[in-house]
Formats: sequence, C-alpha cells, structure tokens
Amino acid sequence: MGSAPASDAPSDVYLRPTVKTAAKLLVVGHFAVGKTTFVGALSEIRPLRTEEVMTQAGALVDDLAGTRDKTTTTVALDFGRLTLSDHLVLYLFGTPGQQRFTQLWQDMTRGALGALVLADTQRLDQSFDVMGVLEELGLPYAVAVNHFEGAPLHELDEVREALDLLPETPLVRCDARDRESSTRALIALVEYLIGRNGELERT
Amino acid sequence: MTPRRRPPERLVRSYVVTDGRAFPSRNTLDLVTMVVTGEDLPLTGLSPEKCRVVELCRPGALSVAEVAGHLALPVSVTKVLVADLMDSGHLVTRAPFVPVNQASNIRILEEVLDGLRARL
Ligand SMILES: Nc1nc2c(ncn2[C@@H]2O[C@H](COP(=O)(O)OP(=O)(O)O)[C@@H](O)[C@H]2O)c(=O)[nH]1
Ligand SMILES: [Mg+2]
Repeated sequence: MGSAPASDAPSDVYLRPTVKTAAKLLVVGHFAVGKTTFVGALSEIRPLRTEEVMTQAGALVDDLAGTRDKTTTTVALDFGRLTLSDHLVLYLFGTPGQQRFTQLWQDMTRGALGALVLADTQRLDQSFDVMGVLEELGLPYAVAVNHFEGAPLHELDEVREALDLLPETPLVRCDARDRESSTRALIALVEYLIGRNGELERT
Repeated sequence: MTPRRRPPERLVRSYVVTDGRAFPSRNTLDLVTMVVTGEDLPLTGLSPEKCRVVELCRPGALSVAEVAGHLALPVSVTKVLVADLMDSGHLVTRAPFVPVNQASNIRILEEVLDGLRARL
C-alpha cells in the first residue's frame, strides 16, 4: 500500500495535468440508501474511502475531561471523481451526515456547492435527520428517490408530501446502480443550484 | 449505523506519524486541495509516511482526500503530513474552487452542468 495500486493505470488514478479547478458536491442519506453505489456508478476512479477514528469524548467540546466513556467511533466517507473538462474536476463525497460536529463533516461541507439527498421510500422517516443538518448549514439540496425492486412505486407527489419538501426542492427518481440515471439526478441538482444562485444574485 | 470498533493501536499510530500534532501547520488545506510534487528534493530525513506521500504524488496531481484514501490514512493526519511537506518544499498545492459570490458559483455550476450533460 505504498502508492496507488499497481492494478490501476496512472491515467485512472491521477488528475489530468491541465486541471485547474476542483469543485465538490455531497451525496448524503441514511445507511444502505445507496450512497456508495451512486458514487461508484459515476466515478472515473475506483471509489476511495477515508476514515477518521475519534473518541466520543473528543467530539463533545463542552464535556468535562475524562468523565465520559472513551469508546471510539469511526466516521467514514466514500468519494469519487469526475473530470468534466480539461480544467475542471468534480468530487462527489458520500456520507451519512450524522457526524455533524466532527472535523471531517466540516471539511466535507466547507466549499460544497450543494447536496443530493438519496431517499428510500420504504424508510422515508430516516431521511429527516440529514435534511435537517443540511438546512441548518444552509446547504441547498435536491432529493433523489433510489428505487429498490420490490418497493412500492409511490407517486412523487406523495413522497414530496411525506418528506415535507419545499415546493422548489427538486425531487427525482434514480437507480443508483445506473450511470445515466445517476448523472440525470446530479443534473437536476445542478440546474436547481444555478437557478437558486441566480435568484439570490437578483435579490 | 453501527459504529465499528478499531483497535486502539490505530489512534496511537496516527499520533506518532504526525509527531504528536493534531493540527496541520497551515489551515488552508481542503479535502479537494490538489497536491503535486514540487522541486525534486531528496527524501532523506523524511518519516516513512512522508516518503509515501511524496512517492504517491510523483506521477501526477491528486486531491488531499485521494492521498488519504490511497494511503489509508485519516484525513486529519494527511493534512498534517501535506502541510509539513509544503513547508519543506516537497509538495505544492492548488486551492479548490471557493464559493465567494453567486456569480462565481453560477459560472462553475454551468461548467459542471455542461460536463455532466456531455456524459449522457
Ligand atoms: N436493488 C437495488 N439495490 C441497490 C440500489 N442502490 C444500492 N443498492 C444496494 O443496496 C445496498 C446498500 O447500498 P450502499 O451503496 O452500500 O449504501 P450506503 O450505505 O448508502 O453507501 C448494497 O447492497 C447495494 O448494492 C438500487 O438502486 N437498487
Ligand atoms: Mg456506503
């Protein structure tokens, strides 16, 4: 593990020398909703994972030192990369988003243009948490329902109501395993972000 | 999510790798700050982990997050190592896009949109 894996050609690992700008978007959602699958479907590199081990005591700034259980938790994020032009690269970071007070979460959200929330119609209630975190941060988001076989196909109107989305929040369906479908979900997010920035600019 | 346990050895190791420092010498490193090797300086005197970072970056540029991912190091540790290697001249970095106003956001988002549409 001294360098990039020998199985990958250098061109599949390293950035093009002409790349000048890197931008980032987040892919968030609860456990097993399909974040890793989504990032993997879009990424030009083998998706990577990085982990941060932290003590729960360390995450609680106001806690009296030493009085807490020092069990450790692992904060993990998966990410992938898409070179979108000779000079622009987009990074996608996938995370459950529960660890909102950690440095890793701050690193991930700082400078991010927006987030795609993946949702599963069988567990919509589990999406509220991460949507709340994004709202607190003021990070704009779109929602993509990742359809799992066997799950009842709900009308998007019903899903919108169940998730209590704002009328302007885009809501689309996707199959996280499919590159084209996942690309379309990201496009819906980016179109929304462009419109929103345009509105903010005019006010 | 069930938090997975790690052997405590790993925490200790991270601490040693960074000479006991928890914070990088500069606070400007982002997950998507791009890293490339600078002048071709000798690696003598560098810790094994710093050598691994320089070796990894020799063939081309990578983001801080990718360096962490390839070397299986936590991001916090990677940032300390990269910052030190910038100080010593082994690495140079290129800052990522930073949102400053709506106009610059729109410019970059339009480029992202064009790039995504071209992939369909
Ligand atoms: N049928 C189906 N399975 C999926 C889909 N997306 C993800 N999965 C599966 O669901 C499981 C959890 O997905 P994963 O991407 O690991 O979820 P994460 O925890 O959000 O990263 C994996 O076994 C995937 O193969 C999908 O769209 N349809
Ligand atoms: Mg995952």
